[in-house]
Amino acid sequence: MSETVVIAETKQGMLHSVTAELVSAANALGSAPTVIIPGTSDSAAAAVAELAGVGRVIACVGDCFSTYDAASWAKAVDTCAPAGIVVCAASQNGKDLASRLAARRSISVVQDVVAIDGSTLTQPIFSGKAMQNIVLSGDAVISIRANTFAAVGEGDGAEVTVMNQSADIATAVREMIAKANERLDVAEADIIISGGRGMQDPVNFVDLERIADALGAAVGASRAAVDTWDEIPHSMQVGQTGKTVNPSLYIAVGISGAIQHLAGMRTSKYIVAINKDAEAPIFKHADYGIVSTWEEALPILESELKALLG
Amino acid sequence: MPNIAVLVKRVPDTNAQILVSGDRVDLSNVKWVMSPYDEYALEAAMMHKEAQGGVVTAITLGAPECDKVLKDAKAIGVDRIIRVWDDSWSELDSNQTQMALTSAVKEISAEVVYCGKSAADTGAGSTGPGVAERLDWASASNIIGLEFEDSGIEVIVPAASGNARTGISLPAVVSCDKGFCKPRKPNVKGIMMAKRAQVEVLAAEIPASGINIVSHTPPPQKAPGQTFDGATNVPAVVAALRNDANVI
Ligand SMILES: Cc1cc2nc3c(=O)[nH]c(=O)nc-3n(C[C@H](O)[C@H](O)[C@H](O)COP(=O)(O)OP(=O)(O)OC[C@H]3O[C@@H](n4cnc5c(N)ncnc54)[C@H](O)[C@@H]3O)c2cc1C
Repeated sequence: MSETVVIAETKQGMLHSVTAELVSAANALGSAPTVIIPGTSDSAAAAVAELAGVGRVIACVGDCFSTYDAASWAKAVDTCAPAGIVVCAASQNGKDLASRLAARRSISVVQDVVAIDGSTLTQPIFSGKAMQNIVLSGDAVISIRANTFAAVGEGDGAEVTVMNQSADIATAVREMIAKANERLDVAEADIIISGGRGMQDPVNFVDLERIADALGAAVGASRAAVDTWDEIPHSMQVGQTGKTVNPSLYIAVGISGAIQHLAGMRTSKYIVAINKDAEAPIFKHADYGIVSTWEEALPILESELKALLG
Repeated sequence: MPNIAVLVKRVPDTNAQILVSGDRVDLSNVKWVMSPYDEYALEAAMMHKEAQGGVVTAITLGAPECDKVLKDAKAIGVDRIIRVWDDSWSELDSNQTQMALTSAVKEISAEVVYCGKSAADTGAGSTGPGVAERLDWASASNIIGLEFEDSGIEVIVPAASGNARTGISLPAVVSCDKGFCKPRKPNVKGIMMAKRAQVEVLAAEIPASGINIVSHTPPPQKAPGQTFDGATNVPAVVAALRNDANVI
């Protein structure tokens, strides 16, 4: 059995909760991993050390971690990480780093793993229209989709080692352009409510926002909505040429359920569809379908949720 | 003047139905296209040439049937088209794919490589950063903005707290999201040129695969859902989400 290594997922220096799922995936591969925290704060290192199933923790610190630069992160992380099967989050930067690290070590990278069964790894191909089951023949770097492995709980406390790393930064961030709105990103959310062309006008997205606020959800959109209305940015788009999401609950409102939209959200644990057309393809994929206009359904949904969630 | 490379891939149309037959997907009846994000990469490469001159080379990896995507790139206006292949290759893993493409990039002495942020078949997004690492170059992934400068390029990439306007010196590999350009369509002259164009075929040394593809399987089938007629059923659905699904 080869050693496993987890690259902790961080967000602006803080530990991301998906890290506990990565540890769980490494455990499924058969060992208590060494967890590398790129550019850590003390609190992130302490939080990882508290997780059950962790072998040891290496806090990898250095100037190069101040912003995400793929080349220098890969170099620094490579130096700290022992050989073995390396597990990253299938986030935007996680997949990028995984690719760099694998290339650096001349080993395979396997992205978006959604199941581990003994030595068999499963990843979606063709946007989830089929699954590919593979066996590794040596060390590899794999990335894990969020929300597919149960997070590990609390453990006895693992030992933390700090390693100082330096690497030249190849790219220079000149300016951070703040997001147009401070809403939760669909890629980060556990509940998403998305609107499509059936919303008829971008101003009607406020109805989705109110429900999102009640649920702590993100608001997403179909490509038709993004392409039709300037007010709906591409960052909200779910699907083949938008974001791939894997929330616990996905609510599709006025979305027909085109194959390219399904490509981005079909693995959601529960799908609710609200559409006035009983023949809309989305209903074939919905756990709960409501044949209704959004004008009629959303006010009831909002008041029900507010009554329930306070 | 820069030597510009763009990596393009032949993939099933995103509308294609993908069936599994035996232990592999059956792609014998699908329509094939250039992977959608590669169209943005191709446009970026053409924009780069228009801004600074140079030569654009489109590179693909695959069997002879992949010549079509190179001809499509040629019709858009690239200068050279190269296909990397060896008939003994099959089911290449990321390591092999990246080695093959890297050797083609070296062969043409490119200084900047554009590619799509991920291919529509694997969805992996490993190729751009992987090729960059092997070349020991800088890289930027998932760009949504692009400007050309004397000594390099400026890109916009999504970051946790917003979008980062980032300067990169060349050489570099840039993987492209949509949103910063509108891919041009080929004109009649381009299509005629493409018909006559010669595909250069390159060989490459590649390592052994690090993975074994055991099988392809259809996606797990969900239990059929329930459909309710009319908005009066919304409270029942909310109750089910709470009590049966436990998601709210
Ligand atoms: C290469 C490629 C990539 C693509 N990538 C993506 C992608 O990433 N994401 C994506 O979403 N699409 C993508 N598409 C586009 C996709 O094929 C569909 O065109 C798109 O998803 C349709 O969006 P929609 O469901 O909002 O619109 P429509 O298909 O127009 O559906 C609108 C729906 O709203 C319903 N409706 C209308 N009025 C009401 C009302 N008052 N109340 C309730 N329901 C109502 C209608 O019954 C209909 O079902 C891609 C296409 C291609 C070719």
